[in-house]
Amino acid sequence: MIVAGVDVGSISTKVAVLTPEKITYKMAPTGWSPRETGLATYQGLLQELGHSEDDVDFVVGTGYGRISLPFVSKAITEITCHARGAAHLVNDSTMVIDIGGQDSKIIKIDQKGKVLDFVMNDKCAAGTGRFLQMIAAALGLDVAELSELSRGKTPLTLNSMCAVFAESEVIGLLAAGRDKGEIVAGLHQSIARRIASMAQRMGKAARITFTGGVARNEGLCSCLREVLGAEIIVPAECQLAGALGAALLARDYLS
Amino acid sequence: MADYRQMWTDLEMDLEKHDLLCEALPDAFGGIYLSQENRPQGMDFFDFVVAEIHGVRPAELIEHQQKGGKVFGTFCVYVPDEVIFAAGAISTGLCGGSQFWVPGGEKVLPTNTCPLIKASVGARLDKTCPFFRIADMYVGETTCDGKKKAWEILASDVPMHIIDIPQMKRAKDIDGFAEEIKEFIKVVEDFTGNKVTAQVLGESIKLINNKRKALQRLYATRKAALVPISGKDALLVTQIAFYDDPTRNAQMVNKLCDELEERIARKDGVFPENAKRILITGTPMAIPNWKLHHIVETAGAVVVVEELCTGTRYFENLVDESATTLDAQVRALAERYMKTNCACFTPNPGRIDDIIRLVRDYKADGVIDYNLQFCGLYSTESYLIKQALDAQGIPLLHIETDYSEQDFEQLRTRVEAFLEMLGK
Ligand code: SF4
Ligand code: SF4
Repeated sequence: MIVAGVDVGSISTKVAVLTPEKITYKMAPTGWSPRETGLATYQGLLQELGHSEDDVDFVVGTGYGRISLPFVSKAITEITCHARGAAHLVNDSTMVIDIGGQDSKIIKIDQKGKVLDFVMNDKCAAGTGRFLQMIAAALGLDVAELSELSRGKTPLTLNSMCAVFAESEVIGLLAAGRDKGEIVAGLHQSIARRIASMAQRMGKAARITFTGGVARNEGLCSCLREVLGAEIIVPAECQLAGALGAALLARDYLS
Repeated sequence: MADYRQMWTDLEMDLEKHDLLCEALPDAFGGIYLSQENRPQGMDFFDFVVAEIHGVRPAELIEHQQKGGKVFGTFCVYVPDEVIFAAGAISTGLCGGSQFWVPGGEKVLPTNTCPLIKASVGARLDKTCPFFRIADMYVGETTCDGKKKAWEILASDVPMHIIDIPQMKRAKDIDGFAEEIKEFIKVVEDFTGNKVTAQVLGESIKLINNKRKALQRLYATRKAALVPISGKDALLVTQIAFYDDPTRNAQMVNKLCDELEERIARKDGVFPENAKRILITGTPMAIPNWKLHHIVETAGAVVVVEELCTGTRYFENLVDESATTLDAQVRALAERYMKTNCACFTPNPGRIDDIIRLVRDYKADGVIDYNLQFCGLYSTESYLIKQALDAQGIPLLHIETDYSEQDFEQLRTRVEAFLEMLGK
């Protein structure tokens, strides 16, 4: 049996293909056409594996572009897919924090990765990958550099909760000659606090799976660890949890 | 819509702007309503009311005025319509439910005001709604802060009377509200020149109770395993009840119910039996706000009950009809209205009890707590609702939104994820 999961996010598209032997992934920037990128990435991965679309028994589409994918057998929301994928990647975790490009979500899950409750922030850029990107740009940095720069620095307090105001606050701090590392450390802390206040509404969790591209930021992870007082686990496939979950749900669906 | 341009001109409306609204409505309504399958025939009347919303009923109100009658505009389910009808006047709901009016409101109100208030103020100031033009007097109330201040702005443009609604429900508050009703009677008598006697008030209590009973009967049909009417349609019927003539409204709702009860007997539902059943609670959905119902029902679930002011809060409680003196009637009115549970009261445990009871009665699988943006009262109360429903093991989704379309897809994702969680 071959199944696939296609996660078309606002920034990147991820595909997971499950054969009886192995799981393989492919990622690509979504660009301006979710529909075409979704199809091309899916076909590309199948080709690499020496399969054709006809070999695939079931495809689940997810992510914001899920409705625009004509080739999927079923569309399932990213909440359900992320939960399923994260539970597969990390054992005994009861909560998933996913920070994506446009939104962040906190999902309470059971052992099997079934959603018990969730909250989602997609109204406001603060607390999303976009926010980090904006601030990195204001500091003349690449997002990938943020974590390293903040290492061991005492966080400066940032007062603005809104992404737009935070950006000007950061520019102000720079002008005042403050250390970039301290500013970034402060930024991480403010995002962590924001995420934590959402997470705490869902009750306590001792072991939390952190997914999404932003999870690669070690500085932010340790802030979250501190603020939430929980074990924070970042799986190597942190950006692929949605696609993996979609593929697993495709397999569940067939059996 | 038929041609009402002369009437709108006489009402000194902004015709050009109003045309834009008239152009948009049929499409919106067609897409959301007429696309539904197997709709009850009894909905034809309500479809007609919407199609002619700025024509037929306004024309009736004007006819009433030409005969010397008065029209009162109201914004809240705590305003006792009985008093208005007893004085030979007509009461009509004025809450704005469209994004179309929001920018007009934003010209004078802070951005962080709830869209319902913005739209209501905008509809008046922009002169784009005949109901807002027709009403001779507006009746405001002291419920939320946003409304209290909005009345002061509207008062410079239209005669206003404000009813002081208590914020707690102690015995002395109910006594106080009875006093307010007496004062309101006086205001209405002076404004209309008609006396409110025990005789006429008794009749009008029955009139409004009959309308409530019809809506109760409608909602009871939604308890069926195979729901005979969509949540969207039921919501529309309730929304129209705020505008229409109460006698005709009760008649038409009862006629619809005859059909729905037959459908239940025939096991003819508008959704499959395994469709997830949703209760919606929260801030009011004024016409034409159908956004959340549309999202839920196009995702395959069915809304079976609304714990909203455009829902059970409007009609659940009846006024005791046995009183024969004016004092006793006023008392009965005060007691009835103080049974309604709005978040503007503290504490407000009755609302939580209502939600849990309705979940059981309507066999709801999950609850969506719907908050208009910037409504501090309801969004704060959400926390308490979450705690109470968690303790009962009732799944809950909290949603905050406004009248615009821009978050439509995000809301759809949340609602679909919620339905997946319920095991769609
Ligand atoms: S929500 Fe409260 S204030 Fe608003 S109409 Fe309903 S009862 Fe009145
Ligand atoms: S929704 Fe809330 S803020 Fe808006 S009018 Fe009603 S009570 Fe006031």
